[in-house]
Parts: sequence; structure tokens; C-alpha cells
Amino acid sequence: MSIITTKNLEKIYNESIVPVHAINNISLSFEKGEFTAIVGPSGCGKTTLLNLLGGLDKPTSGEVFIDGINLTEFSSNKIINFRLRNIGFVFQAYNLIPVLTAKENVEFIMELQGIPKQKREERVVHLLEQVGLKERMNNRPGELSGGQQQRVAVARALASKPKFVLADEPTANLDSTSTGNLLDIMLKLNEMENTTFIFATHDSRVMKRARRIITLDDGKVVQDENIKQNMKKQVNPADEN
Amino acid sequence: MNTILKMAWRNIWRNKRRTILMMFSILIAIVLSLFTRSMQKGTYANMIDNVVKLSTGYIQIHKKGYWDNKSINETFVETTKLRRLLAGDKNLTLTIPRLESFALTSSGKRTKGAVIIGTDPELEDSLNHYSKKIIRGKYFKSGDKAVLVSDKLAEFLQLGVGDTLVLIGQGYHGITAAGKYPIKGIFHFPIPQLDNQLIIMPLEESQYFYAAPNRITSISLMLNNPGNMDKTITMLREKLGADYEVMPWQEMNREMVQAIESDNVGGIIMLAILYMVIGFGVFGTVMMMTMERRKEFAIMIAVGMKKTKLLTMVVWETIFIGVVAILAGLLITYPMLLYLFYHPIPLTGDLASYMIAFGAEPILPFSLNPDIFIIQTISVIIISIIAVIYPLSVLLRFDVLKAMRS
Repeated sequence: MSIITTKNLEKIYNESIVPVHAINNISLSFEKGEFTAIVGPSGCGKTTLLNLLGGLDKPTSGEVFIDGINLTEFSSNKIINFRLRNIGFVFQAYNLIPVLTAKENVEFIMELQGIPKQKREERVVHLLEQVGLKERMNNRPGELSGGQQQRVAVARALASKPKFVLADEPTANLDSTSTGNLLDIMLKLNEMENTTFIFATHDSRVMKRARRIITLDDGKVVQDENIKQNMKKQVNPADEN
Repeated sequence: MNTILKMAWRNIWRNKRRTILMMFSILIAIVLSLFTRSMQKGTYANMIDNVVKLSTGYIQIHKKGYWDNKSINETFVETTKLRRLLAGDKNLTLTIPRLESFALTSSGKRTKGAVIIGTDPELEDSLNHYSKKIIRGKYFKSGDKAVLVSDKLAEFLQLGVGDTLVLIGQGYHGITAAGKYPIKGIFHFPIPQLDNQLIIMPLEESQYFYAAPNRITSISLMLNNPGNMDKTITMLREKLGADYEVMPWQEMNREMVQAIESDNVGGIIMLAILYMVIGFGVFGTVMMMTMERRKEFAIMIAVGMKKTKLLTMVVWETIFIGVVAILAGLLITYPMLLYLFYHPIPLTGDLASYMIAFGAEPILPFSLNPDIFIIQTISVIIISIIAVIYPLSVLLRFDVLKAMRS
């Protein structure tokens, strides 16, 4: 069953002046456990599509369904709550809360969800262990490298046990080693927790590891391919390196 | 909530210099406002205390009409019923019957109008401590046929202890009041206006002098709890009926009350201006703190933080800055005010004359009334909250996507 479905999704900017079709009649669906990359040239609408899927932006027309629930009908307050419980985000610039430690950053989401302290502690330690940062859990973002910060961001995105994670250019600011590590971690989490990952990316390293690649151009889907060969690579990602 | 508080506290220290500057400006406002208010309230309290203790008491009972026509003919007898009524009220700590009038006083070729107060020496001393104000001679006791004369009057009449003073005036129902009294003591009265013209004699002797046996012009009442003054007045008015007037000190000192009120309003306006300036400073800083973190706030909302929590965090940041500044201000100011409370600043020149004109000692006393500290603290908190309203409204309306792209 599809976890996300979009129907005739359209996003037009500057409607009254010079209309720009950022997203042009896109109908897609994403299955649970997918590891998908949305690719395309700059300005093709990758980030806009991700924002629409995450409820950060409202479509000009069309609908987004998450587990059958129409996201476009939600009020802004309701959608914040929905995001908190169902969607994880990873941003290009990490965007961790600078005054909180790695542990507190991850825990914060669960605190917002109202999860009891003890359960939070257990999950934070587990997640930071998964991303290999258990030893650095008491460091603030400023004391971590870019790659480490992005791994904390992944742990934060997964803290709320979301239905899917949206990652906007998560590797854009990382060197190749950090990118490799991050992708390994995300693939591992994808397999272990069956979390759906959807990336907007330019990065060929991400594309190589994705199981499905959706190519956008001028706001339209020009290609949507499932890459079976990558399945093998996911089973043994070390082969790639 | 815990994390919100933690974030708010850590956020204010992200730009230490700016936070410290903002705290410092609030601290200066607190110090200035506490000093000003403490000085004003101290001066008012001193004026009221002088008037209450040295003159009217908190409440006075007169014969109906006495206050408008202060004549020796408007006297009344302190009956047993009246004494019992006053003795039965637990809020009354002291009741002092007095017979007050005027007379001409003379010595040699010098003559001057004087205020004559006939009073119970023991009761009066327990309130005004006249015995401690005696600078020459001795304090008197009931039954003495002698008077106490104020310092400046004695100086004018060129009299000393043991000299005789001649008094002449109008007694009860037009009888001529005349007498010769030895001076038992000379006292210094703290209110210079009265120090020029005050003569005190035992109540029985003054009643004899004015040919008004058992009659008094007033009973001054001191209270256990001045806060319950209205209740006591209501009770007395009900029980004494229409033949008496029961007046609070404010009614008997209208000019002083008005002067205090107008000065108080002036002080409040000055403080309001000061707080307005500080308020704009706080507003500017909070606005800057909010605008420069728009992207951060947008991310928080994107990951699921409700705007109300975000607003709570910003409010806490402002409260933390305000509270730290207030505490520092109180810590700096309180010891100074404590010192000045026990060592008021003596005044000279025009300022001294101004104080004297209002019947107060020419000193700058300071008050440690907790209200001053509480009101200033609450004022700063309210100003901080007002200053944060606009930044909060910006946060409520801000576009998450736009902020994320910024």
C-alpha cells in the first residue's frame, strides 16, 4: 500500500504577476520502505515537491495523501502536529538547534511528542549509537563536524518514529567519506526500521544508492525508474566503496 | 517545558555582550527607579509620620464643627462612656486628650503669638518622646504648674529654664485667660514652624488657664494597624453620633496630602518616561534576537514544534533577561537603601525650606517599604512582556518556508 500519494499536484509561484510552474501536475505514489531520490537540475522543483510532501507548503491545486489522509485539508496548526508524529526532516545545512547538545537535539522531538523521559533516554542512546555518535552525545552542534551534525540530524529525524523521512540535499555540504558514512547509516536504518527515505539531491553518490530515482524537469516528472541493481548494493553497501 | 526553559536560558547567552548590555540598561532603570521611589516614599512617610506623631495622630475626635472653627468654645468633655468606647477598640494603641488654643506670650518687651498645647505629660511622652527632645531643663509631669517652651520661641523671648513666662489669651466662653508660668524645660521640636511657637503644659493646667475644666479640643488616636484606619473611623462615627467629628489625618492635612499626591504623580511620570526608554531598548533587542533566528525558528516549526511553544520560549528569554537584571539591580540597590534608611541625607538651602514648608524635617529619608521593590519588579516584567508582544506577533505570522530559505 502506498504511504504517500500525490494527485495532480501543482504549485505555481507569482500567480498574479509572472506565473512560475514549480510543480506541474505531478501524480506519484511512494511505498513503505522506499529509498528514493528525486533528481534533476537546479530549479526543477525538487525542494518544492519535498516541501509539498512534508506539508511545509500548500499546493496551488491537487492533493497529497499520507496513509490516506489528505494533507492539503489540514490547518497550519494541525499540520505541525501531523509533521511531528509522521514526518522526519533532514536539511542540507543540518539545522540542529545550536544551544542543545546532540542528545538534547534528538530528545527534543520526542519531548514535543510527550514521550516519557525514560523512554526518550533509551531511544536517544539507541539512535545515536546507530549513527555512531554515542560518544559525542553531550557535544553541541558547534563542536561537531559537518558529517557528524548531519548524522545527528538523521537521528533527530528518526526520533519520532516517522512514517517517512524527507531529506533535502543532505549530502551537499559533506565530503565523500562523510557522505558514504551517512548513506550507509540511512540505508541501515531503512532496512532495520523499514523507514521510508525520500531525497532531493544532485549528488550522484546518493543516486547510486537509491532504489528508485524520480527525475524532474520544469516541474514535471520526466522519468521514474526502479533500480534493481541497487538492491544488491544495499544488501552489501561495502562493495561500493 | 524543561527543554524550552533550557533553550531560552542558553539562547540569551548566545550573544553575551548584547545580553549584558540589555541587562545593564534594565539594571540602571531599576536602580534609578528604586532610588527615586524610595526617596519619595521615605519623604512622604517622614512627612506623614511627623504630622501623625507630632500633631494630629492617625485619627482625631473633636466636637462637631471644631475643625472648621478652631475656637476654645468648641470643646467637649471626655466622658467615661467615651473613654470606655476608646478603651474597647483593640486597634487603638494610644489615646491622647489635648486642649489646644492660642495665646500671646510675653517676656520683657518681647511678645509673640504661641500655640498652647495642654496634654497628659506621660501619654504625650510615650508618643512624641518630648523628654528626649529637652535640650535644657527637665520634662514635666502631671500636676506641675510649669510649661515647656520650644527652642526658637525661648530664644526669641530670651528666656531660659526657671524664667517666668506670661501668657494672655481668650478663655472658654470669652473669659480672659492670663497666667504666669515658670519654664521647666526647653525642647527642640523637629518641625521648625512649630519650634518657633510651641508651648506645652499639663492638661489640667491648660484647662485651668483657659477656664475650661475637664474640657478638651481633641483626642488624638494612634493605631495598632493604620491599614484598618477606615474600619476604626466607621465604628467611631457610628457609636459617637452626630455631636462629634471623627477625622482621619488626611482630612486634617489636606494641603500636605495634595502636595504628596502631586509630587507622587510627577515621580510616576518620570519613571514612566524612564521605563518607556528602557522598554524601547528591550523591544529593539528582542526584535533583533527574534529576526536573526527566523531560520532557526522555521526549522523548529518544520520538525514539529508548535508556534505557541516557540512564543513561550521567546517570552522566557525576555523574562530571564529581565529577572537577572532585576535581581542584580536589587542586590546593588538594597544595601545602599538600607544604609540611607538608617542615615538619611540632611538637606540645606532651598530644598530644606521646601521640606520645612510642608512640615517635614529637612532631611532626605529613604523608605524600605516592600511595595517599592515589588512594584518596580512587576513594572520591569510588564515592560519586558509588552516589549516582546510585537516580536511574538511577527513570529505568529511569519512564513516558515520564506524563513527557511533566508
